[in-house]
Order: sequence, then structure tokens, then C-alpha cells
Amino acid sequence: MNSARPAWAIETEGLTKVYGSGNTEVVALRDVGMRVRPSELVALLGPSGSGKSTFLAAVGLINAPTSGRVRIGGRDVLDGPKALIDPRTFRRRHIGFVFQKSNLIPFLSAVENVRIALQINGESARAGRRRAMELLDYLDVADRADHDPTMLSGGQQQRVAVARALANRPSVILADEPTAALDSRRGRQVMDLFRKVAHEQGAAVIVVTHDHRSLDLFDTHYEMEDGRLREIAPSTEPA
Amino acid sequence: MNLAIKDIRHSLGRFALTSVGVGMLLMVVMGMGGIYRGIIEDATLLIDRVGTDFWIVQRGTRGPFAEVSRVPSNLVHRAMSVPGIASSREFVYHTIQREHNGRLLRIAVMGLSWPMDKGEWLTLTAGRSLERNHFEMIADESLGLPLGTVIQLGRESYAVVGTTRHLISANGDGVAFVTVRDALDIQADAPGESIRLERAAREARGREFELVLQQPGLLSNAERPSMELPAVARPQLSAVMVSIAHGADPDTVAEVLGGWQDVSFFSKQGQRELLLKGSVEKVRRQIGLFRALLTTIAAIIMALILYTMTLDKIHSLAILKLIGASNTLILAMILQQALLLGGIGFGIAIALGDRIFPLFPRRVIITANDLGGLALIVLGISIASSLLGIWKAVRIPPGEALA
Ligand SMILES: Nc1ncnc2c1ncn2[C@@H]1O[C@H](COP(=O)(O)OP(=O)(O)OP(=O)(O)O)[C@@H](O)[C@H]1O
Ligand SMILES: [Mg+2]
Repeated sequence: MNSARPAWAIETEGLTKVYGSGNTEVVALRDVGMRVRPSELVALLGPSGSGKSTFLAAVGLINAPTSGRVRIGGRDVLDGPKALIDPRTFRRRHIGFVFQKSNLIPFLSAVENVRIALQINGESARAGRRRAMELLDYLDVADRADHDPTMLSGGQQQRVAVARALANRPSVILADEPTAALDSRRGRQVMDLFRKVAHEQGAAVIVVTHDHRSLDLFDTHYEMEDGRLREIAPSTEPA
Repeated sequence: MNLAIKDIRHSLGRFALTSVGVGMLLMVVMGMGGIYRGIIEDATLLIDRVGTDFWIVQRGTRGPFAEVSRVPSNLVHRAMSVPGIASSREFVYHTIQREHNGRLLRIAVMGLSWPMDKGEWLTLTAGRSLERNHFEMIADESLGLPLGTVIQLGRESYAVVGTTRHLISANGDGVAFVTVRDALDIQADAPGESIRLERAAREARGREFELVLQQPGLLSNAERPSMELPAVARPQLSAVMVSIAHGADPDTVAEVLGGWQDVSFFSKQGQRELLLKGSVEKVRRQIGLFRALLTTIAAIIMALILYTMTLDKIHSLAILKLIGASNTLILAMILQQALLLGGIGFGIAIALGDRIFPLFPRRVIITANDLGGLALIVLGISIASSLLGIWKAVRIPPGEALA
């Protein structure tokens, strides 16, 4: 799919998600459509409970929407005619995840956390080790490669998590509040990293964030409110 | 990169402690099996060692080990006269409970028919077999009577001249071997006062006896030891052991013995079965059931341990699923940890058992076969108990990692 790169890395159409039923029914997504190009860095804003995580879970093939379509790299990944995909295999090859905290497996060292993603994808041990070290070097945490996650600072942990998300050269990276646990300076550094990853690796990156101070780094901005999505100009951000 | 080992190395202390716990549990399971074997072995060792073909016992009894049997001493000679019987020996066997050096001592006394049998067939751990027909004893080590000990039984003292190992009665009392005469003396031995009372009673009865009225000199006999009294039958034996002559047909001998109306007889195999079916059977069943129960408990405990080990890893397993790990990888990780826990536990059980079981008062016999069986059981437990953890792990939604 890399040969004939489609115009849109991610396309969603009419995404709707309803949790529960009857009294406990919650409509988390209402008719959400979004298009993201390769190399595009997207910020997804919105108040708590507005449906941002639910949206990422639908795009990331973690939690299927109630209705609507998701296309990744031009392929319909939900139950369209071309679906025929195992979500797990698809995630492994095409999607990288970074979330708020505890991204790392505590019983593996930093470099092993990256290597496991490569091992799961069938990479040989030798090639995996080399690529993992390259990635840690790229993200500037190579000197902490053999440390346990608990011995890393929050910023270093997120760098390792980004390295793991990049391991299998995904076309899509989804990040859910990756800087929430960091102070603003380190938060900006990590956001800068996503920008670098999107522009240098050609991945479409969606980052859910509450951090308005780093919004200038993003190419596109969306706001979610009560399950509805709209594109905003960064200048319309609240103070 | 093996996830099972990485995880264990990360919490090594906890895993080690858990392994020791599982090991001790398995050691108890193993010990129960060993006690079971020990009881069977102990019960039949004496019969196997004595090496006789037929046991002639009191009619209708299952003696001499399973119950008391009394046969007249002339039975030895009657048996000897049967064609095809090479040797016929007296067998005296009874348990006494006496005090020695202020300590309660239960002894299973077995008589050797001197001079034919001096105990040469016994495997001695020290000393020698009997060389005199009186006051010498071969004692089992379990009695705690080392070589050279002199023990007072009744009015006589017996010197321990040899020791054996593992020769104990079905009740677990150590066996002491003395000559048949000594064995009978020990059994008949009574305190002085009761002997005086018995003699007085004998004299009183004698006075009314017509023969004594005619020949008063006879009354002096009443004062002599009861064994020396004329016209009083020789003391009775527990059983008579016979060996078939080389080349003779055991069935023919059995036919002759079967025709005797006053006694019963058993083959060596028959004696074994009497013991195993009789006194030992209940103990055997009890231990067998207890062992089954312990095995079940071990399985449940291991399942809970592996389940909690899985619960502790839920977040990690969810991350693995999120980044695309297959269920096979996760299943393999839990199964490998279960097998490792079982395997290390098994090793600890063997190592601990080796040191602890010899300190038990009765024998704990671990055979290679039993060990193999236990290994299979441990394998089964490990696999079965990992199922609960695997069941849980497979159900973890990958979205859990985002929470
Ligand atoms: N598993 C679930 N079952 C039922 N309702 C859910 C579930 N997950 C989310 N919701 C509901 O769906 C709505 C959207 O939740 P979601 O987690 O997507 O919000 P969010 O924008 O990510 O919020 P936050 O900024 O706090 O992370 C909320 O009202 C939430 O209560
Ligand atoms: Mg959220």
C-alpha cells in the first residue's frame, strides 16, 4: 500500500457510537467524519466526556462503532466488502498507539518494550534489536535503553512509547493525551516529537490533547463536543 | 525474548517464595505417597525376609501377624513328617510393652527356632547373629537399643548382639529376635507375686486331688516352675513355618496340610494378602484418600497463584494485545510460567523431601515410579491451573490499556 499512496491516510464517515441502551444509553459519537492526509498532524480538542477517546478507539480498531465507516490507507477496515481483516493483525502492522501514562510493560526494559512490538510482528531478534536502538536514538533516549520503565522520567517514558508506536512503520499514529502527565516544557518537547514523526516518517498522527499551549505545532485542529466533530482554526481556541 | 522469563526475573523474590510454597505443598503430596508405600513395605518385609513357603496356624485364624494364633508345639514334628517338607520351624511372635531406662518400649518379639535358625537370614547393620540359645537378642534399630545394650525383660537380662533395619511389625513396633525358648519366657514372664499366688492356688487345688491324697509327695511338684511340671503341655507356639523340599510339589503338600482338621495354613503370598487386606487396608485407604485430597488442594492453590499472577499483569497483557500480540503469545507466556512454577516446585519438593523424610518415625519410601507419577500429576496440575489465568487473559479487552 506504500507504492500507490492514497490521498487520505484516515477517512471516517458517519461514525456513531452508542453505549448501553434504554436508561443508560449514551451517544458518544454522532455522525463523525474526518479526513487525515499522510504526514498530517491533527489536534483533537474537547471537554471531558465529549467522545475523543471513543473516536480514537473506533479508528484504532479497538472498539467498533455502532455505525459508520472507517477507511485506513483507502481500505475499509470495518464490515465493508473489502474488510476481511483481523483487527489485531491490522493494528500490529498499520497503527501505533501512545496514551496518557503507563504505556510501557513494567517487566521489560526500555529497549525491550520497543523490541516486543517488532517481535510480535515477526521481526528477527537481531534486526529487532538494531531497529529498537535506532528508534531510541532517534527519540533521544538511547542512553536509557536498559533501564526499567520505573527508572525513567515521565518524558522519557513517553519517548520510549513513541519509539514503540513507530516500530513497525505504521501509517497511522493515535495518541490519547500523551502529555497529560508531563509539565508544559516536557509536554511541548513530546508534541514536537509527534510533529517530527509525522513530517519525517509520513504517518498520519491524531493527538487528543487539552494542552492549548502547544497547538501551534499542529497542522489541523478539530474540536469534539457532545459527540459532534468540527474543525476549528487555532485562533478560535479559548484563552 | 521470552516474556514469561522476563516477567519472573522482574519479580524474582516473589516468584522464588511462591515456588518454595508450591514445593512444600508438593513435598507433602509426595510424602503421603511415600508413607503409603512405607506402610505396605513395612507390613510385608518380615514375611518376605523369613523366607518360608507355608504358615501353619490355629484353625480358623488369620495369624500369626494379623491376629493371635496358638498351635501346639508338637505340630513342628507332625509337619516334618509330611513328605515333601524339607524343614519345619517353630514360630513365636507377640508384642510386649515394657519400660526400659524410664522410657516406654513396645517390642514385637519374634522367636528363632534354635539351633536350626540363629537369624543368619537377617541382614544385620551391626553385630552378629545369635550364638547362644539364651539371653541374646537381635534388635531392630527403630527400638533404639544399640549393640551391647542389656535389657531386662521379666527376670532375665538380654544382651543386644546384632541390629537390623526396617524390620517392624504391622503396627510399627520394632522387632527383636531371640530364641523360641526365650520368646516364650518373655511372654510367660510374670512378676514374683503373681507366680507365688499361682503356686499357692495350684497347691490348694492339689490338696483336693485324689491322687495327691494317696501320694502326698506329688504336692511338692506344685512349687516347681510351671514349665517343668510333668503332664502339663509344653507352651504353645504362634505358628509353624515349613519349607518345601527342592523338587517337591507344593500342591501335594498343600493337599496334605489341607486335610488336617485342627489347623489352617497359608502360603507366603496368602500371608502377604492377609496383612494388606486386613490391618493395613484401612490405613492404606485413609492415606490414599488423603493424598487425593491434597493433590486437589495443590491444584486449586496453584490455579489461584497463577490467576493472581495473571491479574497482576492485566495492564501489561492489554498493552500487548493493543500492539497486536496474538492470544497464542499470551497463552504461551502463562503456560510457561505455570510449567516453570510446577517444575521448580517439584525440584524443591524432592530436595526438601530427601532431607526431611528420613527424620520421620516410620519409613517414607519414594520409588522412581511414584516420582514419575508425581511428575505427571504436577504437569497436569500446572496445565489445568493455568487455564483459569488463560481464560482471564483471553478476555482482557485491548482497550483496557487506554484506561
Ligand atoms: N465503555 C463505556 N460504556 C458506557 N459509556 C461509555 C464507555 N466509554 C465511554 N463512555 C461514555 O461515552 C462518552 C464519551 O467518552 P470518552 O471516553 O470518549 O470521552 P473523552 O472525550 O475521551 O473524555 P476525557 O477527556 O475525559 O478522556 C462519555 O459520556 C462516557 O461516559
Ligand atoms: Mg479520553
